[in-house]
Amino acid sequence: MTMPINKELIITPEKVSDYKGKVDPDWCPGCGDFGVLNSLRRACLDLELKPHESLTVSGIGCSSNFPGFFNSYGMHTLHGRSLAVATGAKMGNHKLNIFVTGGDGDGFGIGGNHFTHTARRNVDLTYIVMDNQIYGLTTGQTSPTSRVDMKTKSTPFGSVEYPFNPIPSAIMNGATFVARGFSSDTKHLTDLMKQAIAHKGFSFISVFSPCVTFNHDNDVPFFRKRIRKLEDDNHDTTDWKTAIEKAMMWEDTIYTGLFFHNKEKTDLGHLEPVLSDDVPICQKPTALTEEQGKNILKRMM
Amino acid sequence: MPSDNFDFAMAIGGAAGQGIATPGNILARIFTRRGLHFNAYNAYQSIVRGGHIFLTTRISNEEIYSHGDKLDMLVCLNQDTMDRHLGLMGEGGIVIFNSDSIKPGEAATGVQLCPVSVKEISGGSRNKLIQNTISLGVILSLLKMDFELLEQALTLQLIKKGQEVVDENVNAAKAGYEYAKENFQVHSETVPDGLKPKALWTGNDALAMGGASAGVKFYCAYPMSPSTGVLHWFAKNARDLDIMVRQAEDEIAVANMVIGAAHTGARAMCATSGGGFALMTEAIGAASIMEIPCVFINVMRAGPSTGVPTKTEQGDLWQALGASQGDFERFIVAPVDALDAYNIIPEIFNLCDVHQCPGIVLTDLLISEGTFSADPDAINFQPEIDRGEQVTEPSSDSSYLRYKRTDSGVSPRAVPGLEGHVHVVATDEHDENGVLISDEYTNPHTRRLMVEKRARKIANVVDKIAAPQLEGAENADVTLIGWGSTSGVIKEAIAQLAEQGIIANQLAIKWIVPFHVQAVTDIVNNANHTIMIENNYTGQFFRFFRGETGLNVNGHIRKYDGEPFMPHHIVEGVKEQLTEKTNHFVPTQEIMV
Repeated sequence: MTMPINKELIITPEKVSDYKGKVDPDWCPGCGDFGVLNSLRRACLDLELKPHESLTVSGIGCSSNFPGFFNSYGMHTLHGRSLAVATGAKMGNHKLNIFVTGGDGDGFGIGGNHFTHTARRNVDLTYIVMDNQIYGLTTGQTSPTSRVDMKTKSTPFGSVEYPFNPIPSAIMNGATFVARGFSSDTKHLTDLMKQAIAHKGFSFISVFSPCVTFNHDNDVPFFRKRIRKLEDDNHDTTDWKTAIEKAMMWEDTIYTGLFFHNKEKTDLGHLEPVLSDDVPICQKPTALTEEQGKNILKRMM
Repeated sequence: MPSDNFDFAMAIGGAAGQGIATPGNILARIFTRRGLHFNAYNAYQSIVRGGHIFLTTRISNEEIYSHGDKLDMLVCLNQDTMDRHLGLMGEGGIVIFNSDSIKPGEAATGVQLCPVSVKEISGGSRNKLIQNTISLGVILSLLKMDFELLEQALTLQLIKKGQEVVDENVNAAKAGYEYAKENFQVHSETVPDGLKPKALWTGNDALAMGGASAGVKFYCAYPMSPSTGVLHWFAKNARDLDIMVRQAEDEIAVANMVIGAAHTGARAMCATSGGGFALMTEAIGAASIMEIPCVFINVMRAGPSTGVPTKTEQGDLWQALGASQGDFERFIVAPVDALDAYNIIPEIFNLCDVHQCPGIVLTDLLISEGTFSADPDAINFQPEIDRGEQVTEPSSDSSYLRYKRTDSGVSPRAVPGLEGHVHVVATDEHDENGVLISDEYTNPHTRRLMVEKRARKIANVVDKIAAPQLEGAENADVTLIGWGSTSGVIKEAIAQLAEQGIIANQLAIKWIVPFHVQAVTDIVNNANHTIMIENNYTGQFFRFFRGETGLNVNGHIRKYDGEPFMPHHIVEGVKEQLTEKTNHFVPTQEIMV
């Protein structure tokens, strides 16, 4: 029996592999998530991010095992709740650079409510969803992004439900950086991640990350044939209407790239009066001052 | 109660929207500034306009622990109040009502009816709330108190609305005051003066203030009666106290945001009621296995499901005990009154920080929405703060183990941002290093060691908690056992029983987890007759008590109609049981609200 290896983590990374976590991924060989993991490692190296200054938060699912494979502080939380935990962590210490990683079921199914509200609040974090249009860890059931007619273990005669499209949804909910990537194009994905991390506000990257075991509809060739980059079409990233139109396309052409970018909207941390002194609340003095106590009592008398 | 004791209770009744809260607050201020002890219970419904609201306020020069049994004065703002409550008034009682719109019913002998024509006295004012102001004048006059007290209080309350509003109200109150002086008989007793002024708070204020004193820097909530007052206090005071307050999309987000903030090292807290608490339970288990200290308050209301949103109950004990799947480390405490609710927050935060697990505060509407006086010197704004074993120095190697198996079970805690301590916390079972043992290879040995490590953290924690003590006479005829908010009303029932020659004492339980099994067992084994008193149907605490101690009790008094116990309910129940008429007494609520 092989046990997980407790490797020493690298404190000052100099190469991509220095961003490896304490254990190696347990994903199926050929899983799209490897491309996403490698892209984030490369993006962090290029941006010279120190592992201890970042916190990676995930929910539950194949892709939510991500924090264990990545060299940063990590929280492997509950199914669907990563964005809520990450919002609390960002508010607790806004100096942390926060990544949230997970899948389509975690983010758009059980966690859909938090997806809406984290976008609306414009919390300064980077949310990377590895969308494989299937539930993998539970061995292949329909997901919120599964297409109509898709045959899965829970829809053996084909799904009768319509899929959720996260890109228009994120834009309409107020996300300020909305992009789509493809796990097999790591160079493009790394570039999107670097822009997302640099963005001040809620940055969202939905990544087509094919499941090689349970989804035989949306495999790598399916995407390769259809994918077209927005930047090759001179897309205006400030135009939300065109962004939504292009995001809705799903037949011969499927767009990847940066759909929408709003640099004007202030992020939650900068709107929060308690953070106007830039001191994280986790570092503020715990005890009340005598003056504060007296003032509270005065109002009670 | 001794006969030289001033003990006066008054009720104001009307519909929601008739503005009962304002005269209630003004009277509370006047009485507590005069140094009187104050206890108010507001019976209301889940409605913004209409329905029936009945605010009972009791004042005394001695400590009082409940809203009491009797009414000395009834103020009717509508016919409904007159119809429902006139029957409660006995000899010496005073009933004040607007004779323009309310017809008095058949009053008992010795009840003084005080009709006041609001139209005449106000000179035909169109202000619908003017009857409240006039009533205040009448009340003060009948209590033989100086008008200046009311003038000051009205000015303070209304000055924000301008001098014109102040003048209109002061004049109306004065007219009411003078009218009563000329036309009605004053109350037989005199309101004591010259006592040390008291502070005034609600239980929700106390819970929030306890959080502020404990160093809560992140408070998060989704509004839910009867816990919303905690959110309101924090929201109002957040900027002065440098506390971040967030209203989230649901209680699931609330609990998880609290966990996220707590993980960075900030003290974080939330409050809700049973329905919201249900949504939080998965997160409570997550905090427990990730070993993140944070505090969850459940202000109980009558359940199940939406239940009776504005009524009280002690019905969520088993929900709190089972607030996660699996075996999970957590503390559970049920404060006995508002001051205790205040003090318990820093205390439970210290326990949570030292033992790295979540804490649950179980309180109820009776405490949370009650308004109480407090001795200002009894409120300690600088409680002891113990953050537990923390790692604060950066390290140049990466040998740190977040879940190191120590003798105490407690692993020194490093928070994100600290160099050289990078680790992952996980809701999956994990090893000392935070590496999952649940996916690729489950390791039964590691699993067992981790379960035992976490359990070890709280194995002996009961020694750190004060053991419950018998209150009152030793070797009493009967020992009354309650938990949480019933402590005060039981204390008053014991005083009434003593007047009737029955010697009773009380075992008031506050800490549920950890539970002082030995101390409780000793007390119960030495008691002559034991009666368990709870605000629920199934005897939730009794079943817990029996499970922990293996003991039984002689009888039960249970109430589950939404209204809290009044002292005489318990007195009746004890008497019925001591004469062996029953061993299970359910009092009838006389006041229909």
